[in-house]
Amino acid sequence: MKDVNVLMVGVGGQGVILASDAMSEIGMNSGYDVKKTDSLGMAQRGGSVVSHVRWGEHVFSPMIKRGEADFLIGFEQLEVARWAPYLKPGGVVIIADVVVIPVSVIGSNMHYPTWQEIEGILKQYTEQIYLIPAPRIAQEVGNPRAINMVILGFLSEFLELKPEAWTDNIRRRLPPKFLESSLKAFTRGLEEAGAMRLAKGVKK
Amino acid sequence: MKELLSGNEAMALGAYHAGVVVATAYPGTPSTEILENLAHQDGIYVEWSTNEKVALEVAMGAAYGGVRALASMKHVGLNVAADPFFAVSTTGIIGGLVVISCDDPGEHSSQGEQDNRHFAKFAKVPMLEPTDSQEAYDLMDWLFKISEEFDTPVLLRSTTRISHCKTVVDVGRERKADLKQPAFTRSPSKYVMVPSNARPRRNVMEERIIKLRSYVESFPMNEMVLGDRKLGIVSSGVAYQYAREVFKNASFLKLVTTYPIPVSLVQRFAKEVERVIVVEELDPYLEDALHELGIPATGKDFIPIIGELTPEIVEQGAIKAGLLPAPKPVHKPAMAAQLPARRPQLCAGCPHVGTEYVLRQLCFQNASSPGPLKKGEVVVTSDIGCYTLGVYPPLSALDTCACMGASIGQAIGLQKAGIPNKVVAVLGDSTFVHSGITGLVDAVYNQGNITVIILDNGTTAMTGHQGHPGTGISAKRTKATAVKLEKLVEGLGVKNVNVVNAFDLKAIESTLKRCLETEGPSVIISRGPCPLNAKSTGKPFKVEADQCTGCYTCLDIGCPAISLSDDRAVIDASVCLGTACGICAQVCPQEAISEIGK
Ligand SMILES: Cc1ncc(C[n+]2csc(CCOP(=O)(O)OP(=O)(O)O)c2C)c(N)n1
Repeated sequence: MKDVNVLMVGVGGQGVILASDAMSEIGMNSGYDVKKTDSLGMAQRGGSVVSHVRWGEHVFSPMIKRGEADFLIGFEQLEVARWAPYLKPGGVVIIADVVVIPVSVIGSNMHYPTWQEIEGILKQYTEQIYLIPAPRIAQEVGNPRAINMVILGFLSEFLELKPEAWTDNIRRRLPPKFLESSLKAFTRGLEEAGAMRLAKGVKK
Repeated sequence: MKELLSGNEAMALGAYHAGVVVATAYPGTPSTEILENLAHQDGIYVEWSTNEKVALEVAMGAAYGGVRALASMKHVGLNVAADPFFAVSTTGIIGGLVVISCDDPGEHSSQGEQDNRHFAKFAKVPMLEPTDSQEAYDLMDWLFKISEEFDTPVLLRSTTRISHCKTVVDVGRERKADLKQPAFTRSPSKYVMVPSNARPRRNVMEERIIKLRSYVESFPMNEMVLGDRKLGIVSSGVAYQYAREVFKNASFLKLVTTYPIPVSLVQRFAKEVERVIVVEELDPYLEDALHELGIPATGKDFIPIIGELTPEIVEQGAIKAGLLPAPKPVHKPAMAAQLPARRPQLCAGCPHVGTEYVLRQLCFQNASSPGPLKKGEVVVTSDIGCYTLGVYPPLSALDTCACMGASIGQAIGLQKAGIPNKVVAVLGDSTFVHSGITGLVDAVYNQGNITVIILDNGTTAMTGHQGHPGTGISAKRTKATAVKLEKLVEGLGVKNVNVVNAFDLKAIESTLKRCLETEGPSVIISRGPCPLNAKSTGKPFKVEADQCTGCYTCLDIGCPAISLSDDRAVIDASVCLGTACGICAQVCPQEAISEIGK
């Protein structure tokens, strides 16, 4: 069993907590010891959200150390740039193509970084950067809020568990109304990951 | 059965299984979810109390009645409840009484940082601290037993990373079936603390601590883990987990009973190892206790006393102290360019915005420059809640925020000091009921020449929309008797009472102007629902691009739905509450903002 450290970052209301809760429970049900902790910083009021998820044989600290995240999962681009120092050298970055402009930028001289700038920051840590069209995929499956499911699907491609370990958990977590579209979003994320990794020439 | 539970969920479930019958709380991060999780359980009475003092008094009463009771609160809540905390330590109880204090190192969501471990020693109340959710769950049963066996309230001290961290819990129990029948037994010498009764209780308290000292020596959750004997680490709470993470091979003494501490166990541990260090968050509480035993422990010389610990901070401290080898120099990425902050902000459609915008206009003459007030400016004392976010630009409309309910007393004090400016106090509805009422009575009694604005959004928004006495919604989300704020305020003797629509800028402005001109205390209740809690939403607004002159006045309300595109204001219709709010349309000098499709 390999230890897995995942940092999920985003903005209040994006479903980061649901995704990290699911990820944690899936780890537990698959036999890992699991700890997870969120920093909410008044998330409901538009602040940033950070979830640390740790799977391992025995996990002590709920918090991941800087430089030790195997995966940095971004639900929003600026937040990914902010948390980049948590990445382990060569770790995997998965980013939804989502931009949420903070008020501090509006009418001020601060600017929201371009994708090139964000990529530049990330490249100091790793080459494994996946910018995924999660909003488009979520639209296409008819559930624009299912961006988190696309992301989980994408992430699942990198981990050793079977897709059912994920989908069974998602099934228990979501109301029937959104279930089918969410599962579709998950599968599309998974397929997208396969395709993008192949294109990058990453061997499984 | 294995479950992934946060510390708060685990405490709630543990207490439920331990047979808690009455649970009380006033919301406060990071403690709120304890009561929320107890509220869905059957067969127990839960309440959001008016404030923490009342919460503990209700729990104390229940424990006098022979049943198991619990009161939970955030760290500063115990300041409010300190009086009954000391009192119940004096009287003791019959049914078990557990007080949970959730501290917030690093002030994720608090107005101050404090280490409530001192309260245990101060009030002579035994204290235990879990290091993960499993222990939080398991401890609850022990806590009630200790409480009953030693005739004492027990303090469970948690912190943000215990309360809000999810870990695997083996849920081994079910709810106790043999609950004690509630009954009160008369015993004035125990319950009526006139001096002649209170003095003998002092002896009981000291004897109790002596008995507890020997009890904790064999408490099963304290644990010695012997590894490399060169370094022995004493720790508790989440700091223990960081220590285990960072020091891979050292020896450890995990303390769960942190007041009183198991003296012999600590001394034995100190003999086993060459050097003792203490890894603890906030104050050198354990370190001082070890020093009292003559153990030359160190800790705070390399672990910060301020703020929340992380495994990294512990590691860096250890490296600095030479306890761990310095890491190999790795390639250091260039500092990331400065990234824009993402501060919390008032939501689109927030009913606080209009009132705070008017305060900004009427009370502050120019940009938010700190410095002496000009003639004609007005001091705005404020309080704690979502509305405190109005201190940030662009609203920048507040002058103070100290502790809950303080805005009114501060306003009276400023006025009585004789400052040449008028004073307005602003506070939320939950805060007003929590501890603003007594301040307002003071203003009535002592002729405070102040205006109090109650921002009534019908909920305790900041902590996640709990009910309070003004809302008519119970902790179980059922209908309850609502205390009408305007009636309450009138009943206190305020003659000048006004209720305004929180989304009507003109009404707020004219009412405030009138109140500032009248003598004696006046109250304005500015009422409008919290958009995160409201059932109905409005139809969104748009900016007419050819009418917008780019004056940016609408940016002054700080609405997250409004941004700029090509130097003209635009409204994000997916976020805007439009007709349910309408503040932006009222401030736009060009009348360029209106409902979409109209
Ligand atoms: C003594 C104390 N207890 C609890 C809290 C946590 N807390 C902060 S603000 C707040 C209530 C806010 O409610 P309200 O006054 O109605 O304002 P709103 O957030 O709804 O705008 C609470 C419970 C605290 N800071 N201090």
